[in-house]
Amino acid sequence: MEKKFFMNFYDIAFYLFAAITLVSALFIVTTRNIVHSAFYMLFTFFGIAGIYVLLGADFIAIVQILVYVGGILILLLFGVMLTNKITNVEIRTGTVHMLPAAIATAIFMSAVVAVMIWTEWKSEPAQIPLTTTKDIGYLLINDYVLIFELLGILLLVALIGAASIARRDKE
Amino acid sequence: MLQVGLTHFLIISAVLFSLGIYGIITRKNAVMVLMGIELVLNSANINFVAFSRFGNFGLNGQVIALFVIILAAAEAAIALAIVLNIYKTFTNVNVDEIDHLKE
Repeated sequence: MEKKFFMNFYDIAFYLFAAITLVSALFIVTTRNIVHSAFYMLFTFFGIAGIYVLLGADFIAIVQILVYVGGILILLLFGVMLTNKITNVEIRTGTVHMLPAAIATAIFMSAVVAVMIWTEWKSEPAQIPLTTTKDIGYLLINDYVLIFELLGILLLVALIGAASIARRDKE
Repeated sequence: MLQVGLTHFLIISAVLFSLGIYGIITRKNAVMVLMGIELVLNSANINFVAFSRFGNFGLNGQVIALFVIILAAAEAAIALAIVLNIYKTFTNVNVDEIDHLKE
């Protein structure tokens, strides 16, 4: 009985986070106001973080919130603010060929969802440890140490590159 | 069917991916295209973490998801720098009007 209640709670939480994620994602791609899109993106990222928690990935969920909400979303907002004339209220985006895009995307989506449903996934739920941080850190400096170092270099290059591209003065 | 399993997470990811693709191909503003790309990357990440949970191969999927997040951050920074440069040159960032390579 106790187990059944817990499963139900898990399901309700899943559907809640899924609804938050998908509805706000729909608003992102349909609203014409860019700033509204950026704010809906906040809800999408939180919903995805909740899905990660439900999948037992606590560290990834925290990184998702820190990097996406704290970093990328702020960066996107800066992009919106710096590339639009704020003095007139026109922070809007135009759209191109909506109808063919909607039809094509709907066909694509139904195909992928059908594949996802009808494939017999070999599902054997692993015993996820209570906290994953220690194991992820262990993997990062053992199996994936080369990728880890390369990503460090990549972030440095991206930092320098972004600064030099954005601040290029007119000759 | 209502019991949440691997399929549910995969469907969420597929729908999110399609919405991201829709955003990429219909928006004119380059920043909005970037938002679509972020949605696509997030949907791929959900797949990685879901298979890490339901397939029995440890935490490798979560580590890959971490790498994807790092790459997304780098990509957003570089892309916004390029968008700022485009804005300085053309005074708009609509991807369909910047066609100077076309004759």
